[in-house]
Formats: sequence, structure tokens, C-alpha cells
Amino acid sequence: MSAAQEPPPAPAPALPIVTRGLTKRFRGGQVAVDQVDLEVPAGSVFGFLGPNGSGKTTTIRMLLGLITPTSGSVELLGEAMPKAQLKVLPRVGALVEGPAFYPFWTGQANLLRFDAADRTADPRTRKARAAEALERVGLSNAAGKKVRAYSLGMRQRLAIAVALMQRRDLLVLDEPTNGLDPQGTREVRNLIRELASDGTTVFTSTHLLAEVEQVCTHAAVMSRGKLVRQSTVAELRAELRPRLIVRTPDLAQAAETLTNLGATDLKTTQETVEGDAGDLPIDKFAAALVAADVRIHGFGLERPSLEDAFVALTGEGFDVAE
Amino acid sequence: MSLSSTAEVARPSAGRHTLGLFRSELRLVFGRARTQAGLGVLAAVPLLIGIAIRLSGPEGGEGFLGQVAGNGLFLIVASLGLSLPFFLPTAVTVVSGESLAGESSLGTLRTMLTAPAGRSRLLAAKMVALAVFCLAATMTIWVSGLIVGFVLFPVGDVLLLSGTTVSLAEGLLRALGIAVVISLSLLGLAGIGLFVSSLTSTPLAAMAATFGAFIVLGILTAIPQLHAIHPWVLMYRWSSFADLLRDPPYWNEIGKNLLLQGGYLAVFYAAAWARLTSRDIT
Repeated sequence: MSAAQEPPPAPAPALPIVTRGLTKRFRGGQVAVDQVDLEVPAGSVFGFLGPNGSGKTTTIRMLLGLITPTSGSVELLGEAMPKAQLKVLPRVGALVEGPAFYPFWTGQANLLRFDAADRTADPRTRKARAAEALERVGLSNAAGKKVRAYSLGMRQRLAIAVALMQRRDLLVLDEPTNGLDPQGTREVRNLIRELASDGTTVFTSTHLLAEVEQVCTHAAVMSRGKLVRQSTVAELRAELRPRLIVRTPDLAQAAETLTNLGATDLKTTQETVEGDAGDLPIDKFAAALVAADVRIHGFGLERPSLEDAFVALTGEGFDVAE
Repeated sequence: MSLSSTAEVARPSAGRHTLGLFRSELRLVFGRARTQAGLGVLAAVPLLIGIAIRLSGPEGGEGFLGQVAGNGLFLIVASLGLSLPFFLPTAVTVVSGESLAGESSLGTLRTMLTAPAGRSRLLAAKMVALAVFCLAATMTIWVSGLIVGFVLFPVGDVLLLSGTTVSLAEGLLRALGIAVVISLSLLGLAGIGLFVSSLTSTPLAAMAATFGAFIVLGILTAIPQLHAIHPWVLMYRWSSFADLLRDPPYWNEIGKNLLLQGGYLAVFYAAAWARLTSRDIT
């Protein structure tokens, strides 16, 4: 992690989110977040990844001043949290751990209340801004319905609408597409792209790696409370070495040929042989296989998904980590 | 990119709109069906008493109740006095227990704090709304008592406890004073409820605990051996409101009662503040 070696933050171009040695130890002694140094660049769409229970939500709560770190510091938009929260948070749109509303009020009434809590929000434009936010998340028709009657997906949209009541410099979204159908997920993804293109920095935690590949410019991966990786998505992807895959009935022969040419990390399944081709162009492998009379049913390079990288980094699938 | 310039664009009226939260808080308390039902029950108290006295004939009971048949104005005072030991504290317990624990259980507390409402400010808004509720509760009885009293009974000049007679208008004013004093008498309990509510995410538990504390305090006043601590018990001087019906009004006991309520409120509000401002919101 390069963040740890850098000197304390220079004041000039404030990074929207900086944490230093951020740690949260719960009363039971369990360390939920351990020495996390995050640096979220301005204008980025930052994917915050990790299995359930890896400390993502706890980190987000500390970013927003909802819980106090055991040690370490948080800076949002250049200001120390939680000290400057009344100054900073009006510029931050937040969605923390699932949608929470007054079920006995309408969607619109909920938006108005959260907006009224912010001293810097102009009451004269409140209703117009609420209508606009509802429109943006596709809830205009349900604005007058009680939240009790909303589906989970609608609540999720309403929670995003809360974050969109004002123009924000930073959005912190905890699992924004949770509970949404594929159509809703696509809409939220587009919304995030749109907001980012307006210059809003978006920090979003998610389970869906497809989402990260599609919208995020940067990503950080948490595992068991520690930040195990932080880089641009392009870098992360570049590190995933493509694998050569040969589909053939002549498994032993194919494997031998590939090994002779210097392929490493060979794996044989029932129908395929695959391995790391190294720096040799793949047409050399094709020619060699043909020369060795290996029957080729399929042949090509396959790039591993981000999910493979994720599993490699965290050493586990999504739903473990206890 | 310059973050601060975007912020200026975003906030053309970067003024302070502090009252919005307080207004919203009142809407939250008074907009709930539960609150309205509670006020409805309180409004029914004078009606039930009035009908009972009307049906049972002129020779009523003791104290203010006995005077209702002769002068409808006393229905206000009798209803307030009868609601003070149980109905009013119950209503205050429910609303104050709900205040922070309700937000916490819904999860809206996080959204309010990231809005940001500010923890101290949110607590202040909750307390103001509670105080307004206390006043609304006693005023509901006052208004209902006034209407029922005037409809069911004759009204006229008011005979005070000290034997002097004052005009009906002054009598109404004194009844209004009683409503205000009683609503102030409830603030100590409201403070306890607010504090308990800051401890938990279960509104029902907060209500039960607050009501339990109220019962325990009530029992303390009933044990003669504990007379040394009686002056410090929440409801020890609650009945001092009747001193407003003397001529001239006798302020000593009322003053002591209000001072005690202020003491309870200060202690428990401070405790609630200490708790809320240091608590991890999950």
C-alpha cells in the first residue's frame, strides 16, 4: 500500500476521502476495521469491495461520523471528521446500510424531513428539489404513496433520492443496487455515471463485481477488516494474466506440447488444457499443437474476470468471512 | 477541480434555516395516528366525567368534582387534576420513549445525522417537541373541559378555595394557568423518557422503562418512612397546581415544584446529551 508511506495530506488539492490508520475495535474486542488507509481521488467512481463482514459498512459509518474510530483519522473534502461534520456533510450525499424511512409517511414527506434537518438546505426550493430527485430515480408516480407500501427496490431508489436532494461534491453509497431488479440496477449504474460526469466523486460499496468493471475508475478491496488492495480498475485488470485454453480430446499430448514451449501453471480438465502462455505469441502454440497432431476443438486466450482477482485477493468467495 | 466553488453553486442561499428541523419534529410527533389517538383519549376525559356527574345528579363527590355540577368551569380543573396522576404521564411516557428509540429502530437516525441534523441540535428539537406535546396534552383537556362544561352545566362567577369570588373570565384564566403549570410539571418525566429513549433502539422498552421509573417514584412517595427524600421525588408537589385557585394565588409550592421539574429535566437532558453525542449509531 503506497498510502502508508506518504507524508500527511497536503492541503492543496483535497482528496474527497482520506483515512489514515483507521481502526475500529468493538467493545467485545473484535477488530472490525484495521489500519485502513484510503485515498479516494476527486472525480473518481470508487468501488469499495469486500465479502460480507469485511468491514466495509463500519468504514463507511466512520467516514460519515456515525461511529467514532478507535484510532486513526478521517478527512472528508479536506476537513477532519467527525469534528467538521456540520460543515462537510451538507456537501456529501449518503446512503448507509440499506434504506431507512418513516413508513407512515409518503416518499415525498420523507425527503422533505431529511432535507429540513440540513440547515444549509433552502426551504423555498425544498419541494421542487424533492420532485426532481424523485424524478431522477423514477419514483415520481409513487411520491404520494406511503413508504410502507414501497417495495424494497422502491425504498432503495428513495434512499438514493435522499442523497440527490442537493448537488453534492461527494456521494457515499453503501450497496446502492441492493434489492434492485436488473432494470433498476442498470438505471442506478447510469445515474452514477451521469453524476460522475458532472464532477461528483462517487464512493460506492458493492458486491457486484460486474458493476465495478462497468462503472468504477478505482477500486479498493477489504478483507477481514484490512485494506488488501487499492488501485485503478485498469491496473487491477492488467494484472490478471490471460490464460491459454486448448479444447482437445488429446489431453496428455497437448499438455506436453505446451510445457515444451514454456507454458506454466498448467491445468487439465476433462476437455481442456489451460495455462499461462508467458510472453510467447499464441500462434506459436497453435503451430506446435498442429505439428504434434493434437486434435484442436477450440483454442484461444481467456482473460480472467475481476471476480477471479477478487477471490485471489481475499482468498474467499463472497459470502464467507466470519 | 475546485470543490469549494461547486459548493457555492450548490448553495445560493447559504443562510441558516434552523427552524426547519424543529417544525419537522413537530410534524413527526403530531402527525402520528398514535399521538392523535392519545390526545383524543385526553379530550374524552372531561366528557366522561361530565356525563357521569350529569347522570348521577347534583350531589357530586368531593373537591373540584363536587363543584362541577354547580359551575361547569370546574370541569376543566377536575379533569386536569384527575388526568395528572395517570393519563397525562402515560401519554408523555409513550411520546418521549418513542422520540430517539423510534428513530433508532427505524434506522432514520443515521439518515438524520448524515443530513446532517447535528446530534445536539436533534436532541434539542426532540425536547422542544416533547415540551410542546406536554402543553398540547393539557390544552386538549382544557379546551374539551371548557366545551363540555359549558354545554352540560351552568356557568358563572367562580368561588375560589380561599372563599372569595372572581369573575368567570378570571376563573378561565386561572384554569389556563393550571393547564400551563401541569404541562410544566410533566417536563421532568419527559426528560427521563428522553434519556431512556437515548439508551435503546427499542421504543417499547424505552416506554416500559420510563413508565416503570414513574411507578417506582410514585411508590416512593407512598412510603411514609421515606419522608426525608419525598421533597426530591418527581411528583411530590404535583398537586400544588390547586394553589392557583387561592386569592391571591399561592406561588411558593408551585415554584418549588417547577424548580424540581427543572432540576430533573436538566439532569436527564444532560445525560441524554452525553449519551447521544458519544454513541455509535448503527
